[in-house]
Amino acid sequence: MTGAEILIDALKKEGVDIMFGYPGGVVIPIFDVLYRDKEINLILTRHEQGAAHAADGYARASGKVGVCLVTSGPGATNTITGIATAKLDSIPIVVISGQVRTNIIGTDAFQETDMAGLTRSICKHNYLVQKTQELPQIIKEAFYIARSGRPGPVSLDLPLDVVTAKLKNYSYPKKVNLPGYNPTIKGNPRQIKKLAQAIKDAKKPLIMSGGGIISSGTSDELLKLLEMTNIPIVITLMGLGSIPTDHRLFLGMPGMHGRVAANYALTECDLLIAIGTRFDDRVTGDLKTFGKNAKIAHIDIDPAEIGKNVETDIPVVGDIQNVLNDLLGMIKPRIPNEWNRTTAGWKEKYKLGYKQQKTGEILPQYVVDRISHLAEQNAIIVTDVGQHQMWAALYCNHKKPRSFLSSGGLGTMGFGLPAAMGASMAYPDRMIINISGDGSIQMNIQELATCAINEIPVKIAVLNNTYLGMVRQWQELFWDRNYSKTCLKQTLHCPHDCKGPGKDCSQVYRPDFVKVAEANGIIGLRAAKPSEVDSVIKEGFRTKGPVLMEFMVRRVESVYPMVPGGKPINEMIIG
Amino acid sequence: MEKHTIIITVANRIGVLARIAGLLSSRGFNIDSIIGAPTENPDIYKIHLVVGGTEQRIEQVTKQLNKLIDTVKIVDISHKKNYIVREFILIKVKAQKNRSEILELINVFKAKVVDMTRTHITIDISGPTLKIERFIDLLRPYGIKEFVRSGKIAVSED
Repeated sequence: MTGAEILIDALKKEGVDIMFGYPGGVVIPIFDVLYRDKEINLILTRHEQGAAHAADGYARASGKVGVCLVTSGPGATNTITGIATAKLDSIPIVVISGQVRTNIIGTDAFQETDMAGLTRSICKHNYLVQKTQELPQIIKEAFYIARSGRPGPVSLDLPLDVVTAKLKNYSYPKKVNLPGYNPTIKGNPRQIKKLAQAIKDAKKPLIMSGGGIISSGTSDELLKLLEMTNIPIVITLMGLGSIPTDHRLFLGMPGMHGRVAANYALTECDLLIAIGTRFDDRVTGDLKTFGKNAKIAHIDIDPAEIGKNVETDIPVVGDIQNVLNDLLGMIKPRIPNEWNRTTAGWKEKYKLGYKQQKTGEILPQYVVDRISHLAEQNAIIVTDVGQHQMWAALYCNHKKPRSFLSSGGLGTMGFGLPAAMGASMAYPDRMIINISGDGSIQMNIQELATCAINEIPVKIAVLNNTYLGMVRQWQELFWDRNYSKTCLKQTLHCPHDCKGPGKDCSQVYRPDFVKVAEANGIIGLRAAKPSEVDSVIKEGFRTKGPVLMEFMVRRVESVYPMVPGGKPINEMIIG
Repeated sequence: MEKHTIIITVANRIGVLARIAGLLSSRGFNIDSIIGAPTENPDIYKIHLVVGGTEQRIEQVTKQLNKLIDTVKIVDISHKKNYIVREFILIKVKAQKNRSEILELINVFKAKVVDMTRTHITIDISGPTLKIERFIDLLRPYGIKEFVRSGKIAVSED
């Protein structure tokens, strides 16, 4: 068998039936095997970045390893953002890139880039395969590393001669041999006991959970813990959907655009139980005041996360599933107390809200709210990055894990559409909605053609304020309304020192998203008035296949609550 | 900012030294010295590293280094007594007038002359860092033309 045939066979043995990719010179031998293969479906994206994000979206939605296949040089470098996105959100993907022949590596050959060097700091692990006989073992390791422990992206660089050479005795290995890689699965019983005691002693306990609940599949255990202990909970962006939004103990998402109750609770609690979350600066705000009254317990599979940003009193390294089960065996039911009433009071007092008038401008929050209401029960919402992302996080009714996919750590604009395609390939029967902005959608808009050609029925909602809204919001609040390069319809004829929308603003904006959709063979709909919002969403959802719905929303709406960068998280601008 | 000597045992795979060095630079560390060499086991490679940083930062980067798939073991030996630490150095010193004084120093420090010309002596010395630094210090007044240090290596006592 040739290296290429071995690769495809190994992928099947790893359970791969869908890949995303883009061909090129050095990977023709691999695509040639795929040409003859009937089991693996490779979706041809229109850009390698789209392929990487699609593999990521597939992995986020399904929990399986997402795979993409690209050529060397520019093909490989185009996946870099996708790899970094997956790394920061701990998403298991394997990115297979071609490479020039081993005997010309290092000569600046045509379409040669040092992929192993480029990806070193943005992937969990990477390989430059030197010999065909190494290939089976390395593929085995790549998938094992991607999905085990704290999941993450693995890059696999395959030189041309490695995939064309033949190997006589091929068998796919059953085991990996990685002496340096043994993720801690079982939590230390002494620490778990300490945590159980701390829960018993605490007057104001709080749980903060993150993406770890999703990746470890422990929503049920978390719900059990909540039922038993009645401890209020805040959930980070990456963990949304771990428990239903309407759960009585859920105080909301914490952090920079978190709910008031969540941020107050974090500031006031005396025991903070962090589960599968990494104290990102967007969550903690000023570290000096974060959880200042609290004993901090941290459950995580990655020992390097313990104490990285926040000093930890009770560290528990292990798989959340094991740790929570052990913990559940050690604790007694806790009765709701004054703290429960206080936190519930905050939740009641500081409700999220917006006032949509019947006429005039459409509020973006209203669009998100209506999408969430009108979506099918098991819909998956995929966002891009910016204001719309925060509104989607705040206003959507999250019901189930793996149903809200968003680039949290890297904050990758352009993630949404390809990731939604990936999710749709994982669940062809579920409704997949990409909530995006007019800035983000343009960053991978070429994938509209992929959706149309492959009949991938993504429902795309573009909240169009013709601004890069999040940056504009910062400029409004902290930069004296110096709207430098955030207006997407600023023309040559606009004043250089524009301070925001006025009567002279051009009515023309580019592109016309409905036309772009139509040019790609996708149905395009537009809502320009509040009264059109519901009908557009309904029609979009009713229509078979991919649809792009454009909502002309209020241009200068801002996301609130907001904690200014670096400030304590209880110092919020409520809006 | 204290200097830490860290011994990293890694799988002998392509690019492993680059992974270690890359991780340190991406986490904002400046490497004082780094030596990588094979060991008695051909599959295992040992890296001796000296970096400066606060206790907390070093602990964090040690965890990150440990997380690398190729890392088998990592020990920060800075506060450990049961390690024999050595450094090796080649030093070229001016020696025209004070040749006998320098030779006396070499004798006392159990160093070795590896080369001698009309104007210079080249000395080879190994030992604990403190001894090496003292030796360099004593030679300084004679005029050091050049020296190269190996960086620290260490082995645990039985």
